[in-house]
Amino acid sequence: MNNKFRVFLKGIFDVSPLMIPVVPFGLIFGVLSIDIGFSPIETMGMSLIVFGGASQIVLLQLFSGGASSLVIISSVGAVNSRHLLYGAVVSEHLSDLKLFWKIIISYFLVDQAFARSNEYFKKNKDKNKYFHLFGGGITCWVIWQTTTFLGIVLGAFIPEKLGLSFAVPLTFLALLVNDFRKLINVIVIIISGLVATFGFNYVPYKAYVIVAGVTALLTAAILTKLNKKNE
Amino acid sequence: MSNWLLIIYCGLITFLTRFSMIALLKKEMFNDRIREILSFVPSAIFPAIIFPAIFLDNSGDFQLENNPKIMAAIIAMLIGIISQNIIATIISGLASYWFLIFMV
Repeated sequence: MNNKFRVFLKGIFDVSPLMIPVVPFGLIFGVLSIDIGFSPIETMGMSLIVFGGASQIVLLQLFSGGASSLVIISSVGAVNSRHLLYGAVVSEHLSDLKLFWKIIISYFLVDQAFARSNEYFKKNKDKNKYFHLFGGGITCWVIWQTTTFLGIVLGAFIPEKLGLSFAVPLTFLALLVNDFRKLINVIVIIISGLVATFGFNYVPYKAYVIVAGVTALLTAAILTKLNKKNE
Repeated sequence: MSNWLLIIYCGLITFLTRFSMIALLKKEMFNDRIREILSFVPSAIFPAIIFPAIFLDNSGDFQLENNPKIMAAIIAMLIGIISQNIIATIISGLASYWFLIFMV
């Protein structure tokens, strides 16, 4: 077995446990997208083209609320700004790659694959180590496409009164469980939530996600700075 | 804008945020301070989706009384803090929501 393939399998193996929470997320996305009025092909297209859970749910949420395309696209950009961090962190390990591989790896740079491969990169100096991220990314991809498809199929059978749209805030809430224990994060969470809720009807063009996000991020910048001064 | 165009643009911006740093970055462009602040992005953005979906109704008005979503979200959050488990959080929230709307 050659080395690239072994690293690739290691990527699949490492990322697999993180796939369990992706399953309900993908199902919910598929069900809701059909519910909101996207066709099955458009829904599948979103998962294939965007390939990002949080981005796709934000897209649905704002689309169903009647936001303009420009606001939807920039809100998706705001949600994605965390990928700048991922890219920055892994870039030092990928700087020798050809452009082709940089494009492939970028498409697969999702939260779960980043988390596992970043740990792997820190410990391994092998020049084929990027196959780890490739393996992890493909695993996420297969799970995401499959669960989207199942969600589309299931969507036809799920009655509206189940109120499955409530799964959207729940899913995002679940993604923050690690942050509820840190004081600065809790303050940032509350500020963002309050600005979005009170700004919902007043911020023009439904840009409340962006306004809340920027306000909360500025708060984080100030609080972390104050925190350092006190140390 | 057609749905397909919207999807393609959202895909492009998602790809570009992933690609830009890998393609362009020189290590020294990102100092620890910027990394630290970017690590707060989920805490800063996700609540902007969570809060309005819980506290506002479909027409954007406050819905604070007879709102089972508030109680269900609190239960989900507590389970999340205790278990640190994503699936347990989602399932406990949905189960309490269904319990409140169908049983109570």
